[in-house]
Amino acid sequence: MNTLATHAPVLLIAVPLLGAFATPLVGKLGRGARDLFVGLIVALTAALAGLLAADFFAGSGVPSIYVLGGQGLSIPLPSGMTVPIRILFEVDGMSAFMTLITALVTLAGAYFSFSYWRERSGGSMYFSLLLLLTAGIFGMELTGDMFNFFVFLEITSIAACGLIGFRVWLKKSQEAGFKVMTLYTLSGLFVLLAVALLYGQHGALNMAFIASQIGTLGVTVVDKIALGLLLTGLAMKAGAVPMHMWAPDAYGEAPAPTSAILVANSQASLYAVFRVLFTLFGIGASIATNGWILIVLAVLTIFVGVTMALVQNDLKRLIAYGAVSQIGYMLLGVGVGLVRRASLVVGGAALADKATALDYGFVAMQGGIFHMLNDAACIGLLFLTSGAVIRASGTRDLNKMGGLAHRMKWTTVFFIIGAFALAGIPPFNGFASKFLIYEASFKLSPFLSVIAILSSIMLLAVFVKAFQGAFLGPKVGLAVDAEEAPLGMLVPMAVLALVVIAFGLFPGFFVDTIVTPAAKALWYGRDAYIGAVLGGG
Amino acid sequence: MNVGNFPFVIAALLVVFGLYALLFKRNLIKMVIGVSLVETGVNLFLVMLGYRSDGAAPIYTYANAGERMVLPTPQALTLTSIVIGLATTALLLSFAVFVHGHYGTLDVRKIKELRG
Repeated sequence: MNTLATHAPVLLIAVPLLGAFATPLVGKLGRGARDLFVGLIVALTAALAGLLAADFFAGSGVPSIYVLGGQGLSIPLPSGMTVPIRILFEVDGMSAFMTLITALVTLAGAYFSFSYWRERSGGSMYFSLLLLLTAGIFGMELTGDMFNFFVFLEITSIAACGLIGFRVWLKKSQEAGFKVMTLYTLSGLFVLLAVALLYGQHGALNMAFIASQIGTLGVTVVDKIALGLLLTGLAMKAGAVPMHMWAPDAYGEAPAPTSAILVANSQASLYAVFRVLFTLFGIGASIATNGWILIVLAVLTIFVGVTMALVQNDLKRLIAYGAVSQIGYMLLGVGVGLVRRASLVVGGAALADKATALDYGFVAMQGGIFHMLNDAACIGLLFLTSGAVIRASGTRDLNKMGGLAHRMKWTTVFFIIGAFALAGIPPFNGFASKFLIYEASFKLSPFLSVIAILSSIMLLAVFVKAFQGAFLGPKVGLAVDAEEAPLGMLVPMAVLALVVIAFGLFPGFFVDTIVTPAAKALWYGRDAYIGAVLGGG
Repeated sequence: MNVGNFPFVIAALLVVFGLYALLFKRNLIKMVIGVSLVETGVNLFLVMLGYRSDGAAPIYTYANAGERMVLPTPQALTLTSIVIGLATTALLLSFAVFVHGHYGTLDVRKIKELRG
């Protein structure tokens, strides 16, 4: 086996972490050296993520383990029982898939940031925080240990809030920073309390071990409290609706390229929700209830997100509410899958490979998971274009800008691509995943797909309004002599736009190669996940 | 010393007081204190998980043979959590400083540019 691929999980965290702390030092050498260094680190990280994913998706699909600080992962006790005590990373289809999303968004966001900071002084600390955030997100996605997960969650919280409030000269960004940090800390403490409860109940922090304990002992009251706390904390950090108030502030007030990466951060929390529901608590009578909880959260998130987006006049806040609503689509797909799965595993029978491949629950899962990747690409693209638009027009108020299309042809094209993809218009990628979700949720309840389709149409209205306000009409204000965004901003946008189009034109290929293994890892990968750590399953 | 379930009650009270401060206090600094209280409660809960009555510190060379030791893992977790808590509190307070600089107040009712 390729040694670099073997060590990729730990390098994915070590490389950006090293970069984060070295960036301020390299920054002393000058801007060029710093940009080169950060660019190299980000490119290396993305290459490692690609390598990890390629290695996994080309392999047999068995979760792989990376143990930190020792050869084996268990030590035998005097009684003969072995308990996995070491800290480990566990890579299965879902983790590998998530690292791809994070790598894509970080790559675009970081390279866009170079142009952004070229026009301002400073910025070394900004890149430091950006790399720290990346390391934290990768950690959340790869770790196989509950407490380790909490630590990475807090790393992302602190780094993300540092980025949101980075521009201390802006009034609103400080208000947003305080608000978001309070909610992030609270969500982290809920997770920590849940970890403590699980530790008290099972005497272990290893996810696979806890999952197997829950499988053999059944779900106890303490486990249920821990599940409730985990769901609340993680849904809060993912920005699902009753706890979404921070999300538009965070996405709206952060520098434009950071907003894109913050979406990847929210998705990492979403990943954790799925990991907890499928792997940790994948067995027991309450699966269907959990699935319905996700569906209720999803419907609320979709509807409230879109409705709030309709009334916004601030371009970034409008996109931010769009991003909130998209979290709902992912929850909807996976929630429908969870409910359907519950009706299939009644009696504790393991799910068979062939029987479920065409099941609507599995299709819903594919849709929800594929939408994570699509949303990262098209929301990322929209946030980047909003950065270019605000740079050119000098305002974020849609009523005060206009006529940018005269001078900024490429930005206009990228905005259209992003907006159509987000609203689920073929042939862009949003359509590919949303169609799977509509189709599958219709089978569970037509009401769900009605809400989902209606909200997509409203989203189109939202972005038509934004497009008309920013790009069409006579040139207003600074737009009179606005220039096209510099090449350093256009290239990251172009990369994301290409991804959006590629996923929209060849959805079958991507669903087969990367989405299906990820959906399988959740749908019936629980035993394999446990077996990889404990042996034998 | 046998402490029974008393520390768990204290931990729960700390969390409840913290959440109360967070939800009902209008001053940013008091909200930070609320967050800190929740954190302390959770930390106390964590460290109590590994506590045994009359247990010694979990260091082999200090404990006598056959003596009870408290569980070391929760202590390591708590230590990590305290360090993280320090970082979050520092960040929250520095945001409060900047908010005060911009708005001239710490009253959340007057800090409301981000609505809707």
